[in-house]
Amino acid sequence: MATKSLARQQMLGRLFIYSALLLLALYYLMPLWVMVTTSLKPLDEIYSGSFIGLPQAITFEAWSKAWSGACIGTECTGLRPYFVNSIMMVVPAVLLSTGLGALNGYVLTKWRFKGANLVFGMMLFGCFLPYQAVILPMAQVLGRLGLSGSIPGLVLVHTVYGICFTSLFFRNYFITIPDELTKAAQIDGAGFFRIFLSIMLPAALPIIVVSCIWQFTQVWNDFLFGVSFTSGSDTPITVALNNIVNVTTGRKQYNVDMASAMIAAIPTLLVYVVAGRYFVRGLTAGAVKG
Amino acid sequence: MATLDINRVRKAYGNLEVLKEVNISVGDGEFLVLLGPSGCGKSTLLNIIAGLEDITGGEVLIGNRVVNDLPPKDRDIAMVFQSYALYPTMTVRQNIEFGMKIRGIPAEERAKATNAAAEMLQMTGLLDRKPSQLSGGQRQRVAMGRAIVRHPDLFLFDEPLSNLDAKLRVDMRTEIKRLHQRLGTTIVYVTHDQIEAMTLATKVAVMKGGVVQHFGPPQEVYDRPANTYVARFVGSPAMNIIPGRLLASDGVPTVAFDTPQGEAVVRGVPLSAETAHRFAGRDVLVGIRPEHFGLDPCGTVPVGVDVVEPTGPDTLIVFAAGGTEVVARLEPFDAQVGRQERFSVKAEKVVLFDPATETRLD
Repeated sequence: MATKSLARQQMLGRLFIYSALLLLALYYLMPLWVMVTTSLKPLDEIYSGSFIGLPQAITFEAWSKAWSGACIGTECTGLRPYFVNSIMMVVPAVLLSTGLGALNGYVLTKWRFKGANLVFGMMLFGCFLPYQAVILPMAQVLGRLGLSGSIPGLVLVHTVYGICFTSLFFRNYFITIPDELTKAAQIDGAGFFRIFLSIMLPAALPIIVVSCIWQFTQVWNDFLFGVSFTSGSDTPITVALNNIVNVTTGRKQYNVDMASAMIAAIPTLLVYVVAGRYFVRGLTAGAVKG
Repeated sequence: MATLDINRVRKAYGNLEVLKEVNISVGDGEFLVLLGPSGCGKSTLLNIIAGLEDITGGEVLIGNRVVNDLPPKDRDIAMVFQSYALYPTMTVRQNIEFGMKIRGIPAEERAKATNAAAEMLQMTGLLDRKPSQLSGGQRQRVAMGRAIVRHPDLFLFDEPLSNLDAKLRVDMRTEIKRLHQRLGTTIVYVTHDQIEAMTLATKVAVMKGGVVQHFGPPQEVYDRPANTYVARFVGSPAMNIIPGRLLASDGVPTVAFDTPQGEAVVRGVPLSAETAHRFAGRDVLVGIRPEHFGLDPCGTVPVGVDVVEPTGPDTLIVFAAGGTEVVARLEPFDAQVGRQERFSVKAEKVVLFDPATETRLD
């Protein structure tokens, strides 16, 4: 009797947990549902029918318009050139900030110098610096360097801003790698960069993935730096998306807006789907001794 | 192969002096063990020999060449670390070949050297594995293989056995000794384990507080320790240091100490006539190894047995003398707690120390 009621209680508990989870999942998926369905409906149907219902006739017109026909300002080029802008910005920014962060972490743990802790502390401080605080000085710096209003300028901004985070990642990872490894390599005759490239980097694969995902998401999704430092045809996709949604005249083209938003979100989604499991693995890698 | 000379070497971190004027000199093919408790400076000294730490004063010579300012790779040394320090992402083969690769040795020669080392250390089957797939003993072998292929002038071992379990430690100890006999290369070996030091070394340097307390062959360190610290550190159970006195000299140096059962007298301890004369009638510390006691009805040491510890081959008897606890290692006999016995002492093995300086009297 007792065991039976226990099993019943457990089942009730399960039921409650699963229904709660289901409800929350539905709640969080609702916007996505609206986005997908809306983007597949012709404009007339959106204005006449319900917001949530399935499209009566599926059409990809809004997607192709968002990609290559929507007007941003006076140019009707769609998101395509801005997508390319974002790629041109995100790839070098991610590679540079991850590479420099790895080098910083390596120096801060294996080639310690006087004041290394102070330097690390100041880098850490950079993680807590709000974007808004650096906009004005950064604009001046970019102006002096002749990089204002350009994609290379944005690459520089994101690299500088990202180094704080990537250095933190790599420093905390490399500190778990025993110093004797560096000593053994020194006796083997390896120099500073040889040890870095042949021994430290291969051992740091999980944290490299973490750093890349983190930086990709940060840089791709950034709006503030993009809108502050670029304009016209040089803006990244986030800024272009904002312009599409805000600047249309006449009837608001909800289906094109939704399709545009999804195009802008797809790369980060893809990165998480492909490399997501490495992300969790890498974040916990420092916690347990491998 | 090479000689190693350490001349007046000092090392300080700011105001903290970890090595004070260390002098050690060993010939070609010797096995030098740096022995001491943790924090005595032995690992620092090894790192200085390796070139992994810079030197505050003095000089290090490998094969009569001053290496103070040479980077580790130019010193012709190989080192085995306590944690083995194998490169985690490389296979065993890549680990062993890494150093040769950097020195630009052609692939064919590298493979040959690696295979030879693998055969010598009986790990041919392990060459394609990653370090994480190896046991502690196997990792140790790989670390040794990595050192061997270098054909160095000098092998450096930093507590290589302390991460292994007791059984494996004894096996690997034998293996290291065999390696030394086979290669004949000069070795510097750091350990805190006095048995490792005794079994492996041709020369031992016992260190404490950054100072070499005694430097000499292991048997000498054991038989004639330079001071009471060395006497207590080397040997298990440790040497008994019993407060006693040197009797007025009549030509044969004689010491006496008290036990609750009466006065113990040991005639004919090794001491020069000059010292015997100087210390006649004064207090001395009498050092007697446990195995130099013997059960003897006519012995001169009256003993009240406090504790009996049979170990199998020997029986340890604990008794009181000179106000301290004394251990004797005897052939097994029917020992009874509380009974009185008489022990003899091998007088020629007794070591005397000055109570003021705790150094050996000769």
